[in-house]
Amino acid sequence: MNKKEFLAGLEAGLSGLPREDVEGRLSFYGEMIDDRVEEGASEEEAVADIGPVEEIVAGIVAETPITRIVREKIRPKRGLRPWEIVLLVLGFPVWFPLLLAAAVVVLSLYIVVWALVVSLWAIEISLIACALAGIPAAIVVIARGDALPGIAALGIALFSAGLSILLFFVCVSASRGAARLAKKAACGIKSGIVGKESTK
Amino acid sequence: MDVQLKRGLLDVCVLAAIKDEDSYGYRIIKDLKPYIELSESTLYTILKRLEAAGMLTVRSAEHDGRIRKYYRITGEGVRRIEEFKAEWKEVISIYRFVAKEDRDE
Repeated sequence: MNKKEFLAGLEAGLSGLPREDVEGRLSFYGEMIDDRVEEGASEEEAVADIGPVEEIVAGIVAETPITRIVREKIRPKRGLRPWEIVLLVLGFPVWFPLLLAAAVVVLSLYIVVWALVVSLWAIEISLIACALAGIPAAIVVIARGDALPGIAALGIALFSAGLSILLFFVCVSASRGAARLAKKAACGIKSGIVGKESTK
Repeated sequence: MDVQLKRGLLDVCVLAAIKDEDSYGYRIIKDLKPYIELSESTLYTILKRLEAAGMLTVRSAEHDGRIRKYYRITGEGVRRIEEFKAEWKEVISIYRFVAKEDRDE
Protein backbone atom coordinates (compact mmCIF):
# COMPACT_ATOMS: atom_id res chain seq x y z
CA MET A 1 0.00 0.00 0.00
CA ASN A 2 1.45 3.37 -0.94
CA LYS A 3 0.81 6.77 0.61
CA LYS A 4 -2.04 7.66 -1.72
CA GLU A 5 -3.91 4.40 -1.05
CA PHE A 6 -3.35 4.74 2.69
CA LEU A 7 -4.70 8.27 2.82
CA ALA A 8 -7.64 7.37 0.55
CA GLY A 9 -8.50 4.47 2.87
CA LEU A 10 -8.26 6.74 5.89
CA GLU A 11 -10.45 9.39 4.28
CA ALA A 12 -13.09 6.83 3.30
CA GLY A 13 -13.12 5.32 6.77
CA LEU A 14 -13.45 8.67 8.52
CA SER A 15 -15.87 10.32 6.10
CA GLY A 16 -18.63 10.42 8.73
CA LEU A 17 -16.52 12.58 11.02
CA PRO A 18 -16.38 16.39 10.96
CA ARG A 19 -14.51 17.63 7.91
CA GLU A 20 -11.90 19.60 9.85
CA ASP A 21 -11.04 16.51 11.92
CA VAL A 22 -10.56 14.43 8.79
CA GLU A 23 -8.37 17.06 7.08
CA GLY A 24 -6.24 17.41 10.21
CA ARG A 25 -5.69 13.65 10.41
CA LEU A 26 -4.95 13.32 6.70
CA SER A 27 -2.26 16.01 6.72
CA PHE A 28 -0.85 14.58 9.96
CA TYR A 29 -0.52 11.05 8.57
CA GLY A 30 0.75 12.40 5.24
CA GLU A 31 3.51 14.24 7.07
CA MET A 32 4.34 11.11 9.08
CA ILE A 33 4.77 9.09 5.89
CA ASP A 34 6.84 11.83 4.20
CA ASP A 35 9.15 12.09 7.20
CA ARG A 36 9.78 8.35 7.16
CA VAL A 37 10.44 8.42 3.42
CA GLU A 38 12.88 11.29 3.94
CA GLU A 39 14.73 9.12 6.43
CA GLY A 40 15.26 6.48 3.75
CA ALA A 41 12.20 4.23 3.98
CA SER A 42 10.19 3.38 0.88
CA GLU A 43 6.60 4.61 0.76
CA GLU A 44 5.33 1.06 1.34
CA GLU A 45 7.60 0.57 4.34
CA ALA A 46 6.55 3.90 5.81
CA VAL A 47 2.86 2.99 5.47
CA ALA A 48 3.43 -0.48 6.92
CA ASP A 49 5.26 1.09 9.86
CA ILE A 50 2.28 3.27 10.70
CA GLY A 51 -0.08 0.30 10.80
CA PRO A 52 -3.25 -1.06 9.17
CA VAL A 53 -5.74 1.64 8.10
CA GLU A 54 -8.73 -0.31 9.48
CA GLU A 55 -7.19 -0.43 12.93
CA ILE A 56 -6.38 3.29 12.87
CA VAL A 57 -9.91 4.14 11.71
CA ALA A 58 -11.47 1.95 14.43
CA GLY A 59 -9.26 3.60 17.06
CA ILE A 60 -10.19 7.12 15.94
CA VAL A 61 -13.92 6.31 15.81
CA ALA A 62 -13.77 4.74 19.27
CA GLU A 63 -12.20 7.84 20.81
CA THR A 64 -14.44 10.38 19.06
CA PRO A 65 -17.41 11.25 21.33
CA ILE A 66 -20.73 9.98 19.97
CA THR A 67 -22.26 13.48 20.30
CA ARG A 68 -19.69 14.81 17.85
CA ILE A 69 -20.42 12.02 15.37
CA VAL A 70 -24.19 12.51 15.59
CA ARG A 71 -23.92 16.28 15.33
CA GLU A 72 -21.87 15.88 12.15
CA LYS A 73 -24.30 13.31 10.83
CA ILE A 74 -27.44 15.41 11.26
CA ARG A 75 -25.83 18.62 10.02
CA PRO A 76 -27.09 19.07 6.44
CA LYS A 77 -24.30 19.12 3.86
CA ARG A 78 -26.22 21.88 2.05
CA GLY A 79 -29.20 24.07 2.82
CA LEU A 80 -32.52 22.21 2.90
CA ARG A 81 -34.81 22.84 -0.03
CA PRO A 82 -38.33 24.12 0.80
CA TRP A 83 -40.02 20.88 -0.25
CA GLU A 84 -37.62 18.90 1.96
CA ILE A 85 -38.61 21.01 4.94
CA VAL A 86 -42.30 20.48 4.14
CA LEU A 87 -41.70 16.74 3.82
CA LEU A 88 -39.77 16.68 7.08
CA VAL A 89 -42.59 18.47 8.93
CA LEU A 90 -45.36 16.38 7.32
CA GLY A 91 -43.41 13.19 7.91
CA PHE A 92 -42.85 14.00 11.57
CA PRO A 93 -45.67 11.69 12.82
CA VAL A 94 -43.95 8.86 10.94
CA TRP A 95 -40.23 9.34 11.46
CA PHE A 96 -40.33 10.60 15.02
CA PRO A 97 -42.09 7.53 16.52
CA LEU A 98 -39.78 5.27 14.49
CA LEU A 99 -36.70 7.05 15.80
CA LEU A 100 -38.08 6.96 19.32
CA ALA A 101 -38.89 3.25 19.00
CA ALA A 102 -35.37 2.49 17.83
CA ALA A 103 -33.90 4.41 20.76
CA VAL A 104 -36.22 2.63 23.19
CA VAL A 105 -35.29 -0.80 21.76
CA VAL A 106 -31.59 -0.06 22.28
CA LEU A 107 -32.28 1.22 25.79
CA SER A 108 -34.41 -1.78 26.73
CA LEU A 109 -31.75 -4.23 25.47
CA TYR A 110 -29.30 -2.39 27.67
CA ILE A 111 -31.67 -2.64 30.65
CA VAL A 112 -32.27 -6.36 30.01
CA VAL A 113 -28.54 -7.12 30.11
CA TRP A 114 -28.07 -5.21 33.35
CA ALA A 115 -31.25 -6.66 34.88
CA LEU A 116 -29.74 -10.10 34.28
CA VAL A 117 -26.61 -9.07 36.11
CA VAL A 118 -28.59 -7.55 38.98
CA SER A 119 -30.73 -10.68 39.36
CA LEU A 120 -27.61 -12.87 39.44
CA TRP A 121 -26.29 -10.74 42.29
CA ALA A 122 -29.67 -10.94 44.02
CA ILE A 123 -29.48 -14.73 43.94
CA GLU A 124 -25.92 -14.56 45.23
CA ILE A 125 -26.95 -12.32 48.14
CA SER A 126 -29.91 -14.53 49.07
CA LEU A 127 -27.69 -17.63 49.00
CA ILE A 128 -25.24 -15.94 51.35
CA ALA A 129 -28.11 -14.87 53.62
CA CYS A 130 -29.47 -18.43 53.57
CA ALA A 131 -26.08 -19.83 54.58
CA LEU A 132 -25.49 -17.21 57.28
CA ALA A 133 -28.93 -17.61 58.84
CA GLY A 134 -29.33 -21.32 58.14
CA ILE A 135 -26.23 -22.68 59.87
CA PRO A 136 -26.90 -21.13 63.33
CA ALA A 137 -30.61 -21.92 62.99
CA ALA A 138 -29.85 -25.56 62.19
CA ILE A 139 -27.53 -25.79 65.20
CA VAL A 140 -30.27 -24.39 67.43
CA VAL A 141 -32.75 -26.93 66.06
CA ILE A 142 -30.31 -29.82 66.60
CA ALA A 143 -29.58 -28.58 70.15
CA ARG A 144 -33.30 -28.67 70.89
CA GLY A 145 -33.29 -32.34 70.00
CA ASP A 146 -34.92 -32.28 66.53
CA ALA A 147 -31.94 -34.02 64.97
CA LEU A 148 -33.36 -34.98 61.57
CA PRO A 149 -34.90 -31.63 60.53
CA GLY A 150 -31.85 -29.90 61.99
CA ILE A 151 -29.40 -31.95 59.90
CA ALA A 152 -31.52 -31.35 56.81
CA ALA A 153 -31.48 -27.60 57.46
CA LEU A 154 -27.72 -27.70 58.03
CA GLY A 155 -27.28 -29.52 54.73
CA ILE A 156 -29.31 -26.93 52.88
CA ALA A 157 -27.38 -24.09 54.51
CA LEU A 158 -24.01 -25.65 53.65
CA PHE A 159 -25.21 -26.30 50.11
CA SER A 160 -26.18 -22.61 49.82
CA ALA A 161 -22.79 -21.57 51.13
CA GLY A 162 -21.01 -23.70 48.53
CA LEU A 163 -23.27 -22.54 45.73
CA SER A 164 -22.80 -18.89 46.73
CA ILE A 165 -19.03 -19.24 46.44
CA LEU A 166 -19.34 -20.70 42.94
CA LEU A 167 -21.95 -18.15 41.92
CA PHE A 168 -19.77 -15.29 43.12
CA PHE A 169 -17.30 -15.94 40.30
CA VAL A 170 -20.17 -16.22 37.81
CA CYS A 171 -21.55 -12.85 39.03
CA VAL A 172 -18.19 -11.13 38.73
CA SER A 173 -17.57 -12.37 35.21
CA ALA A 174 -21.17 -11.55 34.21
CA SER A 175 -20.72 -7.98 35.44
CA ARG A 176 -17.44 -7.63 33.58
CA GLY A 177 -18.98 -9.17 30.47
CA ALA A 178 -21.95 -6.79 30.58
CA ALA A 179 -19.62 -3.80 30.93
CA ARG A 180 -17.53 -5.01 27.99
CA LEU A 181 -20.67 -5.62 25.94
CA ALA A 182 -21.95 -2.11 26.67
CA LYS A 183 -18.65 -0.61 25.57
CA LYS A 184 -18.56 -2.74 22.43
CA ALA A 185 -22.17 -1.82 21.60
CA ALA A 186 -21.33 1.89 21.92
CA CYS A 187 -18.38 1.43 19.54
CA GLY A 188 -20.59 -0.58 17.18
CA ILE A 189 -23.27 2.10 17.08
CA LYS A 190 -20.65 4.76 16.46
CA SER A 191 -18.91 2.94 13.61
CA GLY A 192 -22.36 2.10 12.20
CA ILE A 193 -23.15 5.79 11.96
CA VAL A 194 -19.73 6.69 10.53
CA GLY A 195 -19.59 3.69 8.21
CA LYS A 196 -22.89 4.32 6.47
CA GLU A 197 -21.67 7.67 5.30
CA SER A 198 -18.76 6.18 3.37
CA THR A 199 -20.96 3.86 1.30
CA LYS A 200 -22.91 6.79 -0.12
CA MET B 1 -0.10 0.49 33.12
CA ASP B 2 -3.27 2.22 34.26
CA VAL B 3 -4.93 4.11 31.38
CA GLN B 4 -5.41 7.38 33.29
CA LEU B 5 -1.83 7.30 34.53
CA LYS B 6 -0.43 6.58 31.08
CA ARG B 7 -2.45 9.41 29.58
CA GLY B 8 -1.04 11.91 32.06
CA LEU B 9 2.49 10.62 31.51
CA LEU B 10 2.20 10.83 27.74
CA ASP B 11 1.04 14.45 27.90
CA VAL B 12 4.10 15.44 29.91
CA CYS B 13 6.41 13.34 27.71
CA VAL B 14 5.22 15.16 24.60
CA LEU B 15 5.66 18.52 26.33
CA ALA B 16 9.17 17.51 27.40
CA ALA B 17 9.99 16.50 23.81
CA ILE B 18 9.27 20.03 22.57
CA LYS B 19 10.60 21.86 25.62
CA ASP B 20 14.11 22.70 24.42
CA GLU B 21 13.31 23.31 20.79
CA ASP B 22 10.33 23.17 18.47
CA SER B 23 9.71 19.71 17.10
CA TYR B 24 7.47 17.90 14.61
CA GLY B 25 5.34 14.77 14.82
CA TYR B 26 7.71 12.09 13.60
CA ARG B 27 10.62 13.47 15.61
CA ILE B 28 8.52 13.49 18.79
CA ILE B 29 7.69 9.82 18.28
CA LYS B 30 11.35 8.97 17.63
CA ASP B 31 12.58 10.98 20.61
CA LEU B 32 10.14 9.27 22.96
CA LYS B 33 10.64 5.75 21.57
CA PRO B 34 13.33 4.70 24.07
CA TYR B 35 11.02 5.66 26.95
CA ILE B 36 7.42 5.15 25.91
CA GLU B 37 5.75 3.65 22.84
CA LEU B 38 3.51 6.20 21.14
CA SER B 39 1.35 5.57 18.09
CA GLU B 40 0.54 8.23 15.52
CA SER B 41 -3.14 8.27 16.49
CA THR B 42 -2.31 8.73 20.15
CA LEU B 43 0.15 11.51 19.40
CA TYR B 44 -2.40 13.33 17.26
CA THR B 45 -4.96 13.24 20.07
CA ILE B 46 -2.41 14.42 22.63
CA LEU B 47 -1.22 17.30 20.44
CA LYS B 48 -4.82 18.42 19.89
CA ARG B 49 -5.55 18.21 23.61
CA LEU B 50 -2.42 20.15 24.58
CA GLU B 51 -3.14 22.76 21.94
CA ALA B 52 -6.70 23.20 23.23
CA ALA B 53 -5.33 23.52 26.77
CA GLY B 54 -2.97 26.28 25.59
CA MET B 55 0.14 24.26 26.46
CA LEU B 56 1.58 24.38 22.96
CA THR B 57 1.19 26.29 19.71
CA VAL B 58 1.37 24.97 16.15
CA ARG B 59 2.94 26.58 13.12
CA SER B 60 3.27 25.29 9.60
CA ALA B 61 6.64 25.75 7.93
CA GLU B 62 7.96 24.70 4.58
CA HIS B 63 10.43 21.87 4.67
CA ASP B 64 11.93 20.30 1.57
CA GLY B 65 9.13 21.51 -0.68
CA ARG B 66 6.32 20.37 1.61
CA ILE B 67 4.52 21.67 4.67
CA ARG B 68 5.50 20.37 8.05
CA LYS B 69 3.84 21.29 11.34
CA TYR B 70 6.07 22.38 14.20
CA TYR B 71 4.98 22.43 17.80
CA ARG B 72 6.21 24.98 20.34
CA ILE B 73 5.69 24.82 24.08
CA THR B 74 3.99 27.76 25.85
CA GLY B 75 4.50 29.13 29.36
CA GLU B 76 1.50 27.08 30.41
CA GLY B 77 3.17 23.94 29.07
CA VAL B 78 6.42 24.65 30.92
CA ARG B 79 4.38 25.15 34.09
CA ARG B 80 2.74 21.74 33.55
CA ILE B 81 6.17 20.08 33.38
CA GLU B 82 7.27 21.80 36.61
CA GLU B 83 4.01 20.75 38.26
CA PHE B 84 4.61 17.17 37.12
CA LYS B 85 8.13 17.16 38.54
CA ALA B 86 6.89 18.43 41.90
CA GLU B 87 4.09 15.84 42.01
CA TRP B 88 6.41 12.98 41.16
CA LYS B 89 9.00 13.92 43.72
CA GLU B 90 6.29 13.05 46.21
CA VAL B 91 5.35 9.86 44.35
CA ILE B 92 8.98 8.76 44.30
CA SER B 93 9.39 9.24 48.03
CA ILE B 94 6.19 7.24 48.57
CA TYR B 95 7.56 4.56 46.23
CA ARG B 96 10.78 4.35 48.25
CA PHE B 97 8.72 3.85 51.40
CA VAL B 98 6.57 1.12 49.80
CA ALA B 99 9.53 -0.66 48.20
CA LYS B 100 11.42 -0.62 51.54
CA GLU B 101 8.45 -2.29 53.27
CA ASP B 102 8.65 -5.04 50.62
CA ARG B 103 12.33 -5.60 51.30
CA ASP B 104 11.91 -5.79 55.06
CA GLU B 105 9.35 -8.56 54.86
